[in-house]
Amino acid sequence: MIWQLDIILLIIVVICALAAISVKDLLSSAILFGAYSFLLCLVWAEMGAVDVAFTEATVGAGISTAFFIGAIYHTSRRTKD
Amino acid sequence: MIRDFEGVIIKTVCRAVTPFIQLYGLYVIAHGHYSPGGGFQGGCILAASLILMALAYDIKEVKKQLSEKLNTIFCSLGVIIYAGIGLLCLILGANYLDYGILYKILPVDAAHARSLGILGVEIGVGFTVMAVMISIFLNIASGGQHEEGEER
Amino acid sequence: MRFLTFISILMTTALLAYATLDMPDFGDPSSPASTHVSPVYIQEAYEKTATPNIVTAVLADYRSYDTLGETVVIFTAGVVCMMLLRREK
Repeated sequence: MIWQLDIILLIIVVICALAAISVKDLLSSAILFGAYSFLLCLVWAEMGAVDVAFTEATVGAGISTAFFIGAIYHTSRRTKD
Repeated sequence: MIRDFEGVIIKTVCRAVTPFIQLYGLYVIAHGHYSPGGGFQGGCILAASLILMALAYDIKEVKKQLSEKLNTIFCSLGVIIYAGIGLLCLILGANYLDYGILYKILPVDAAHARSLGILGVEIGVGFTVMAVMISIFLNIASGGQHEEGEER
Repeated sequence: MRFLTFISILMTTALLAYATLDMPDFGDPSSPASTHVSPVYIQEAYEKTATPNIVTAVLADYRSYDTLGETVVIFTAGVVCMMLLRREK
């Protein structure tokens, strides 16, 4: 539990979350969501919850990003709003 | 979406790295007693190896390795393994999912019977998670058609 | 409309941050979570299950009904996705 590392990781997590909901390109949004998941996995591992971090890394950063990319190819790539 | 494209380096590297990903997934399932991991994470890693094949090649290549009928059987086989171990405990005279009673049919004492029961349950979870993740990805990525996708 | 959304998000954030002050500290040994049932798991899990990783022992042995429900939920998600999307030519 190092609080400087915590602060840096949480700031990048918030930046990634804000970028993922504000970017117009859906593929970039999916990749940013994967980066957000992976940084959250680092936060879990840094807090000592290694099993949760492993689940977050496999499901959040691995599988769900592939699902999003598979779904994006069936719709238009850019959002309207 | 998933169509055959010309990329020699990507295809070669994906085909070369897939067995190691599957070996790592099996390690995560089998070593869940001693290190972080377990059925859910290992099943996701095993599914990720075949999703990588689907991204690098096409869906036909994945269905050549794991047919749809076998995948659907795996979906329900995991739940059957899990519930079957619980039912075995019930038949042997203990409560449902109380693995300690398994020492009657296994050549170990009660504590190690619990350990082996946990291993069997993790294998069941791994089967279900792997098959369901592959099935959801193939259905979403091809729109339910299970072919390499329309030309666009 | 965007201004109202921004104000409501700001108020929810302030409320959640204020509610977090009542939580026990990180790793507090006298918090309710680590005094009620966790010491029993830490003391007994290895002798009863012969599994060094306590998280696995709790997930798959002490709380195995939860894991069974989780597996059935994943199975249901796969079956529903198959029913909704799968179409033969």
